[in-house]
Amino acid sequence: MSADGYLEALRRKGRIVIVGASLAGLRAAETLREQGFTGSLTLIGDERYQPYDRPPLSKQVLLGRAAAEHTALPRHSALNAQWRLGVAATGLDMSAKRVRLADGEEVEYDRLLITTGVRARPWPHPQEVELDGVFTLRTRDDTAQLYRRLAAGPRRVLVIGAGFTGSEIASACRERDLPVTVAERGAAPLVGALGSVVGEVAATLHRDHGVDLRCGVMVTGLEGDPAGRLRCAHLSDGSTVDTDVAVICLGATRNTEWLAGSGLGAGPRGIACDAGCRAFDVRGIVTDDVFVAGDVARSPHPLFGYQFLSLEHWGNAVAQAEIAAHNMISASADRRPHLWVPAFWSSQFGVNIKSVGVPPMGEQLLVAQGSLTERRFTGVYGCQGRVIAAVTFDQTKWLEFYQRLIESAAPFPPSFRTVDRRAEGLEPVAAGFPDPSLPTHGPTVTVSGYSPTDRRITFTPAHA
Amino acid sequence: MRLVVDLNRCQGYAQCAFLAPDVFTMHGDEALLYDPHADDTQREQVRRAATACPVQAILVEDQDAAPASAKGARDVR
Repeated sequence: MSADGYLEALRRKGRIVIVGASLAGLRAAETLREQGFTGSLTLIGDERYQPYDRPPLSKQVLLGRAAAEHTALPRHSALNAQWRLGVAATGLDMSAKRVRLADGEEVEYDRLLITTGVRARPWPHPQEVELDGVFTLRTRDDTAQLYRRLAAGPRRVLVIGAGFTGSEIASACRERDLPVTVAERGAAPLVGALGSVVGEVAATLHRDHGVDLRCGVMVTGLEGDPAGRLRCAHLSDGSTVDTDVAVICLGATRNTEWLAGSGLGAGPRGIACDAGCRAFDVRGIVTDDVFVAGDVARSPHPLFGYQFLSLEHWGNAVAQAEIAAHNMISASADRRPHLWVPAFWSSQFGVNIKSVGVPPMGEQLLVAQGSLTERRFTGVYGCQGRVIAAVTFDQTKWLEFYQRLIESAAPFPPSFRTVDRRAEGLEPVAAGFPDPSLPTHGPTVTVSGYSPTDRRITFTPAHA
Repeated sequence: MRLVVDLNRCQGYAQCAFLAPDVFTMHGDEALLYDPHADDTQREQVRRAATACPVQAILVEDQDAAPASAKGARDVR
């Protein structure tokens, strides 16, 4: 059969299976139907629910402005799909083209799309997680439980980790007038995503809203009372926080364990794929019938030195799912690359934080407009003499302009005279990202070097 | 009625908060909070808000595309 004939048959009566029934999976399914795929479509999801939207969970849902169970995503079009919800995929046989499910069934495919995303990184001490009052926030059910507990009026809420989710939860708790302690291992909130200069602004937001923010500390243990209820948390600086609620916000970990041994290039850092969303196998050869999209994917981006980026962004899930779906049912010459410029938003303490590009690649930061002290500014990140990212605090309208600078590899520092440029924005400063090769907390000994003669032991003292 | 706002697109023009204040509210100067499952009595206001949005960031579910109420785990929708 000719390649064209195969493709035509695939589009008409092929079997497409999507593992992962959240934002990326749903958008891919819709795109397939919109582009004329009339074959059988199966969506497999480990949660019991129809695809729902996660960003509201840490914002309006915790504030009581929307219900956790009312976050289902709207549909563009009728899907006519088979839904296998509440049953996880547990294995993949690439040569037989079959997905194994937790209930023992197997589903055959002609083309497979993997959109299994990420889950909340668990607390490292399982017995402490069992304590009543210890939560994580990733799913609808997580949020419903946390919401009920917040509504009951706890004495204090301890948020462990001041990334975006942790900061948004702290913000919602303060808005509900609950006492909040935030424990962050790094030097400031959001420091990994936006660097320490912007992180310091985030720290003032926390403190001005009454958060007891503690940076440079780790929570070393959670202690319960005899009835199994959380009583207090122990911190690495020797202090103790009396609290009856702890929310663990340690970032996310990728859902790839089910692919172990499948031969697909999947691991803790995600599933590597090409710019056209085709997955690599462990040999580094690109597959023809397995595609990846969303948080679990890791794909090379031409704008950022062809680095393999994995982006846990809402917009990336949508854009990559659409590209993957298109490519799954297109001939090689008609396939499109995923060239989306990374972008995300967060709202916390009444401030709208948005970003484009890849801030952690930035070496320097220039406050091009506004002022850090006013918490209304546009920060531009530079890397090797070009604009690589931008962040705005309540200055969304300028962001698109900076996105074009990123896309056109404009020089850094920008040569133009902007409106509203202040003295602090005349010279770039170090963006202040933590060195990824250094531990963020506590003294550590590391060994480096390969041959026995140049092995070296380095002692890194504690930062704080 | 299900809806979602692409907050990457949203630039805080607040037209929706004027046209459908029971569904969309500004939180601070720029951040938008919305009810992802607005009451059906708000359909006309939400439609107006979606139309008026200068950056077309509001996606409202087409009534025909809405899946029926929850059924078993193996249904076709």
